[in-house]
Amino acid sequence: MNMLTIKNLHARVADKDILRGINLDVKAGEVHAIMGPNGSGKSTLAGVLTGKDAFEVTQGEVLFEGKNLLDMDPEERAGEGIFLAFQYPVEIPGVTNSYFLRASVNAVRKHRGEPELDAAAFLKIVKQKMKILHMPEDLLKRNVNEGFSGGEKKRNEIFQMAVLEPRLAILDETDSGLDIDAMKAVAEGVNALRSKDRAMIVITHYQRLLDYIVPDYVHVLAEGRIVKSGPKELALELEKHGYDPIKMTVPA
Amino acid sequence: MEKTTFTKLFTPFDNQADARFAQLRQSGRECFGAAALPTTRTEDWRFTNISPITATPFTLANNVHARVKLDSDHPTVLFVNGRFAKQAPESIGASAEIGSLARATTKLSQLARIASDRDSPFTSLNTSFLNDGAYVVVPDGNVIATPIEIRFHSLVEGNAPAIHPRTLVVVGKNACVTIVERYSGNAAYFTNAVTEIAVGEGAVVDHVKIQDESTTAYHIAHTAVVMGARSNFTTHYVSLGGALVRNEVRVRFDGEHAEATVNGLYLASGTQHIDNFTLIDHAQPNCASHELYKGILDGKSHGVFNGKIFVRKDAQKTDAKQTNKVLLLSDDATINTKPQLEIFADDVKCTHGATVGQLDPLQLFYLQSRGIPLDQARRLLTFAFANDIVGRLKIEALRDELEQRIVR
Ligand SMILES: Nc1ncnc2c1ncn2[C@@H]1O[C@H](COP(=O)(O)OP(=O)(O)O)[C@@H](O)[C@H]1O
Ligand SMILES: [Mg+2]
Repeated sequence: MNMLTIKNLHARVADKDILRGINLDVKAGEVHAIMGPNGSGKSTLAGVLTGKDAFEVTQGEVLFEGKNLLDMDPEERAGEGIFLAFQYPVEIPGVTNSYFLRASVNAVRKHRGEPELDAAAFLKIVKQKMKILHMPEDLLKRNVNEGFSGGEKKRNEIFQMAVLEPRLAILDETDSGLDIDAMKAVAEGVNALRSKDRAMIVITHYQRLLDYIVPDYVHVLAEGRIVKSGPKELALELEKHGYDPIKMTVPA
Repeated sequence: MEKTTFTKLFTPFDNQADARFAQLRQSGRECFGAAALPTTRTEDWRFTNISPITATPFTLANNVHARVKLDSDHPTVLFVNGRFAKQAPESIGASAEIGSLARATTKLSQLARIASDRDSPFTSLNTSFLNDGAYVVVPDGNVIATPIEIRFHSLVEGNAPAIHPRTLVVVGKNACVTIVERYSGNAAYFTNAVTEIAVGEGAVVDHVKIQDESTTAYHIAHTAVVMGARSNFTTHYVSLGGALVRNEVRVRFDGEHAEATVNGLYLASGTQHIDNFTLIDHAQPNCASHELYKGILDGKSHGVFNGKIFVRKDAQKTDAKQTNKVLLLSDDATINTKPQLEIFADDVKCTHGATVGQLDPLQLFYLQSRGIPLDQARRLLTFAFANDIVGRLKIEALRDELEQRIVR
């Protein structure tokens, strides 16, 4: 059974059609890469899947573990196990990472009918994940993403993912703005979470990340449609030839 | 009704009051009689209509203090309906004198000197009913480690009373103390509070006011502070309750190299109206004042921030900063802000700024995408806004209390 089924998905923002008929099936254990030029709709797709209300779905259907995803509030989707590592993580002055993460973990646990974690149990889990991802000691005391460098913000997204252990993780350009060492650290964190029960959609603009997070499938998104899908070698082809030749094969 | 709602109570009040403050009461009444009550045409009251107060036929408060319990883990003086009820412990040794103004022995000459009866008709009105109140005197050089709390509680049965709490705090040279003032009550009543604080040379005073009146109460407060040379005064002025609230904080520098921090937090919802008036009087050179007020307005509530800074002719090297930030949680809430800087010296640094905003949809979505339900996300971000003030409180128990109030 598919974990995620996207059928003929159309979405618009501010009266502009952005997604124009996306079809995609993702099974547990798979890693799908979505590549495409700037403005092709990659972040829009991530936003629609996570319930960002700026986007209006005009056609199509999305099923997650057989449930109608588009009917759920963003927090319900998170509770069901969907996680988005944001392209632009949001700064929240006045809220510490520890407060935020605990609220998040407990909200998700509550959704699943699990008991809330007390401060000690929470800290134990979090410290362990911090170690794996080499997060700085003072992270928990600092405000969410406030004053973080670009690389720190991206690592913090992956750290949150590690703590929340989602069923489906969507990574939106987690590699952009990272130097090679930071990217390797992020990839290591992501690879540690790969498992047969978990699926990932890795959105990237460059092939580079896919040397480290090796996908099962690569899809090319252009002008709101998946115009080509293939095995991981497709990413290399794109790297050599760029997106343009592929775009030209799009039927009008 | 106008003034008569108060003046008709003078005689019955005197029948049960001590003769001790009769003379002060008399001068207060003369001042009150001569002053006009403010209207929305009065410059400093433009956004606040006090007619709900003057239209109420107030009574004198009942003497019911025996029924209010006092539990506290730090020195606390409890007043019920403006009268001294009890304190715990009875005494805190020789380090400071705390208790009832009616039993005070020293420093009474400071009464009505720090807050002038001419500052506002409500100040002279308070003096007109002066009989009891809170009293804290810290002798020179004494450092009081635990906070001293002054609680004014209103317990109303029957008609709405007008209650006039009075507080006198005199802190000696190089002394150090933390004062927490707390106002609470049930039902409908009018609290008209005056607090006078003298900060001696080199003294450090940390003041917190928690106004948690019932939502049907009226609350008008005047906190007046006079600061000696090299002294340091901080207040965190927190307003939670009250139907119609007016806070006045007036700070005057009476010596050089002193520093005042005046921070405020006001939360209003429903049809609450909270007016904050501050006046920082840089009457001496080389002093610094920092002012940060934050308002959180929901429902159809109305907030006012009117911040005056005077920099007198000789007050060179003044450093004054004023900021007012407001978070509007609903489309029907409104705020009026009016910074007023009057600067008569030329070598000064004075800045002011005001912002009005709403919860950030991107932040809300980020929290929701992590599983946090929308209403919890809203409360969390609201607390984050307030935490800029709450986080500065030195007393952990107060920080926790305010967090509970805002997040839950
Ligand atoms: N909030 C918005 N308002 C208007 N246009 C938007 C908004 N968000 C995205 N777009 C437009 O939608 C298109 C796709 O954007 P996006 O999904 O962010 O692309 P990608 O992530 O592939 O770079 C772009 O043309 C972009 O300008
Ligand atoms: Mg994007």
